[in-house]
Amino acid sequence: MRVIQAETIKTTIYDLILKASYDIGQDVYNCVKNCAECEKSPSGKVVLGQLIENYDIAARERVAICQDTGMCVIFIDVGQDVHIEGGDFTETINEAVRAAYSDGYLRKSVVRDPLYERVNTKDNTPAIIHTRIVPGDKIDILVTPKGFGSENMSAIKMLVPADGEAGVIKFVVDTVKNAGPNPCPPIIVGVGIGGTMEMATIMAKRMTARAIDTVNPNPKYAALEDKLLEKINKLGIGPAGIGGSTTALKVNIETYPTHIAGMPCAINIVCHAARHAHAVI
Amino acid sequence: MENIRVNLPLDKEQLKTLRAGDTVLLSGVMYTSRDAAHKRLVACLEEGRPLPFDIKNQLIYYVGPCPASPGHAVGSAGPTTSYRMDAYTPQLLKAGLLGMMGKGKRNDKVVEAMKETGAVYFGAVGGAAALISQRILSAEVIAYEDLGAEALHRFEVKDFPAVVLIDSEGNNVYVEGPKKYAEPDTEA
Repeated sequence: MRVIQAETIKTTIYDLILKASYDIGQDVYNCVKNCAECEKSPSGKVVLGQLIENYDIAARERVAICQDTGMCVIFIDVGQDVHIEGGDFTETINEAVRAAYSDGYLRKSVVRDPLYERVNTKDNTPAIIHTRIVPGDKIDILVTPKGFGSENMSAIKMLVPADGEAGVIKFVVDTVKNAGPNPCPPIIVGVGIGGTMEMATIMAKRMTARAIDTVNPNPKYAALEDKLLEKINKLGIGPAGIGGSTTALKVNIETYPTHIAGMPCAINIVCHAARHAHAVI
Repeated sequence: MENIRVNLPLDKEQLKTLRAGDTVLLSGVMYTSRDAAHKRLVACLEEGRPLPFDIKNQLIYYVGPCPASPGHAVGSAGPTTSYRMDAYTPQLLKAGLLGMMGKGKRNDKVVEAMKETGAVYFGAVGGAAALISQRILSAEVIAYEDLGAEALHRFEVKDFPAVVLIDSEGNNVYVEGPKKYAEPDTEA
């Protein structure tokens, strides 16, 4: 059994929130830069150039890449041989969020009640926490602050087995088409196929944070990722939605076994401010 | 493409000359408002109470900025998605508002109200928030401070880069732009 102090978890998450909010990943940076060279629309090229400049300013001046610093989504895989001491697990995470959003001059974007009393909690808590128990004595933490311009354009559909690959393609491409300029293209499309309704959406969320210079380990799904990307980029939506050949940077798919009667398909969209940071304690 | 200089508050005569797709540099004073502040502004109009600022010929920027860190006038301040303000916009246009700035689509009711009142919908690049904040010289909360990130600010800007997304005749970049670059899906 390994003992890990709650304070260690707190400082790790605190650092990851700031890193994610200021420093875009090298995978996304490189991809936007390459797309700026290939983009067919002159206005689209200007937009992509501004995004690169924006990434540079944010990293240099230690300011948020995007003002929507999101709800703080945290994936934590806790090794089953870990014992956490010195604090409540959930409260420790929320303390990290509270401190990072205050010290880091990040926007507080959370309201206490979704429908009636939409009062800002003023500290960006609570976080959205997805915990899994895994073998080992480590804690794996992925922090992905999620803005809602793109979140609002996400969708879930309970496809049926007969819908097949064509059904998945239609749902993904139609969702991106209907979103148009709203989610701040170029976007990254996370897709979860299988499981149950909630499992599909969690997979889709995790796929928005998978590095975009990776390929799906299953060749069939790797090919589907490429096919979806090509079809999306033929829509012509373009950077900022004003027309062009760069609408998405990547499609990432995760799958899970599902029921004989179903094929849930969830789509979670993230914009070019695709913020995530990862650490292992 | 030559940038057109636009001074704020807006001039209706100049707006008539702007066309969807034009790139502009905005200078002067603008006001910020998002979902919750819009709800309050419209409640003021419906109840006959004065608005917290004179809305005539003004531009409202849909933004909730980050807090300013030391040495900055304002934190990152890119546009939010505009359709969430559609329900409130026609009433504000009728009250004298002449420009909106955000990102994303507007509904038909907004476009019709824009054509009737000669208003223009500008777009800032979504996500280019740190870059944009450098063109904001000062930021001051003038109302609804309790809303936190959604408080109503007065921004003084210089050479703020924007695009005319929908002009006063209803021409729309989001319709025309993608048409030019859409490729047919050859696979059945």
